[in-house]
Parts: sequence; C-alpha cells; structure tokens
Amino acid sequence: MRNFGTYFLLAFICFVILYGLIRRVPVFDSFLDGAKQGLQTAAQILPALVALLFAVQLMIASGITEKLCDLLSPILAPIGFPAEVLPLCILSPISGSGSLSAYQSILAAYGADSFVGRVASVIAGATETTFYAVTVYYGAVGIKKIRHTVIAALCADITGFLLAALFVRLFFD
Amino acid sequence: MNYIWCGIVLLAVCFSLFSGHIEDVGNAVFTSAQDAATLAFQMLGILCFWNGLMQIAKDARLTEKIAKVLSPLLDRLFPGIRLDSDAKSAVSMNITANLMGLGNAATPLGIAAMRELKKQDPHSVTASNDMIRFVVLNTACIRLIPTTVAMLRHEAGSEAPMEILPATILASLLSCAAGLLVARLLEGKRNA
Repeated sequence: MRNFGTYFLLAFICFVILYGLIRRVPVFDSFLDGAKQGLQTAAQILPALVALLFAVQLMIASGITEKLCDLLSPILAPIGFPAEVLPLCILSPISGSGSLSAYQSILAAYGADSFVGRVASVIAGATETTFYAVTVYYGAVGIKKIRHTVIAALCADITGFLLAALFVRLFFD
Repeated sequence: MNYIWCGIVLLAVCFSLFSGHIEDVGNAVFTSAQDAATLAFQMLGILCFWNGLMQIAKDARLTEKIAKVLSPLLDRLFPGIRLDSDAKSAVSMNITANLMGLGNAATPLGIAAMRELKKQDPHSVTASNDMIRFVVLNTACIRLIPTTVAMLRHEAGSEAPMEILPATILASLLSCAAGLLVARLLEGKRNA
C-alpha cells in the first residue's frame, strides 16, 4: 500500500509523455517551455509566503493555539467531539507541517486504531492547509481582495472536523 | 486578508506578553522568514517540473480531452468558464491531480488554473466568484487516496491503515460541498 502513490505518480508521468510522443509533440521542448513558468510563479509567491509563515509561527509560538484548545474543549465535549484532536483541528488550516506533527503525536499517544486516532486520521486525510492554499493561489496571480474566500473555506474545514467524529462513530462503534 | 493578518500578528505579540513566550515569538520572527524562503525554494523545482509536464499534456491536447470528460461538472461549478477552454483544461488538470492524491502536482496545476481565471479580467485585484469557488475546492480538497495518512497509520502500528478510507472520502466530499454552498450563498453580496 505504501508504494501505491508512487506507482500512480510514475504511471501518470509516463502516460503524459507517451501521449505526447504519439501526438508527435516535441516533448522535451514543450517541457522546457512550461517549466520556465514555474520560475516566475515561485518568485511571485515568496512575499506572500513570508507574510503567512510570519503570522502563523508567531501565533503558534505565543501559545495562543494551546489556549484556544483549552477554551474550546468544554464546548465540544457534549456533542461527542474528542478534545484530544483539537490541536490538530486548530493547526490544520494554518500550518501543514504543524498539523502533521500534531497528527503524529496523537497517533503515538492514543494509537492508530483508537477512536481518537481514527478521528485524527480522517481529519488529517480530509483537510488541506487552508491559509496556505489561499495565500499561494491568490499570491501567484496578484489578487488582493479575496472577498468571502476565507469564510467559505473555514466553514468547509469545520464541517470536515465535525463529520470526521460523526462518521468514525457511525462506522466503527 | 489585511485585517486577519494584522489581527493575528498583534494578538500573538500581546498574548506572548502574558504567557511568557516572548523569547519564542522573537525567534519565530526570523525563523519564519527563513522557512518561507526554504519552502519557496523547495517548491521552485516542483513548480517547474509540473508546469513542464503540463505543457506536454497541453501541446498533445490531452488536457482538452480531460476537460471534456469533466465538462458537465465544471460547467455547474464554475459558470464563468463555460466558454473558456484554456481555463477549463487548467482547472480540470488540477482537479484530476487532487483526486489522484498528487498533492505535489495539485498546487502548481492550481496556480496555472488561477492564471487562466485571472485572464478573464486581467487588471482586477478582486477575486471573481469562480476563483473563490476554485480556491475553496482546493482548500477542502477531495482526495480519493490519502497516501500520507495511510503511511503514518501503518507506521503507528495500525491493523488496517486504509480502514478510514470511506469515512475520509465522505467527510472531505461533504465538507467540500459545505464550503461551496457557503461560497454560493455569499456571492450575492458582490460589490466589486
């Protein structure tokens, strides 16, 4: 199972190249043509990334995220949401590496096949780093007014968290 | 974004005064800037690679084909790109990469799609409805095979690393739907 993703990836790459060959596309030249754009994109997103990581790391270092966990857990307990996965929920929209390490420590502490471990797994599998995507996508094309993007994206995240707990309860208990 | 950003930074600094984490926060100022540069640098190669591969697919008209398959879905989700075949191909490549769990590929392809969406109104700095829907779709990405999670579960000694798959797919599908629904509801207030 571990290697499944790798096979898939390589199969996809070979497929595209073979398809290009069959269609008599100058494959190598096309590749270089497109790759040039990557250079420009990377330069364009750097300022946005600096701004994002600055805010996120400040927030994590200040201890605010931990405080937020303490505040939220009494509210969530009555609806059957495990407080143990809260650090993961709070980190997952803002930091990819942070949420990954939060996930790993949950697995280490409670075991992968426990209720908490399963809920954390579903959350880790079903969510993306929201603010990272927002920053990178809009940063790359110079969009400044993002209107209701963040609200809609966070609604999606919260729905995902709650459903994770619900589905694990339904499927495994 | 202005207010969110300023709010987070100021709040974090104020909070650290009370929680005694001032040193950590001070360090974070510099490490975060370095991390951002490292991240962008790491992404540089990946961006170039996927943009290059994408160009082959484009020149071979493969993207057009995939776009045609996804067309019924795309027309509903992104009404603004119905007649824009370039944007449609780019968006469909990103969705394909997301579905296959190719996270590395999804971002570069997504940026390419954003560039196409931007072409519809090149001088605007305001996000269009389609852009918002597209970004929301990506933040709540539907992933059919959560490979990283399965790997970590396996390493943590899980009996069945993939047993969470149905719950994961359902949860991501519905959270995505919720995000798009909210986006749809808020579109009405457009003032741009």
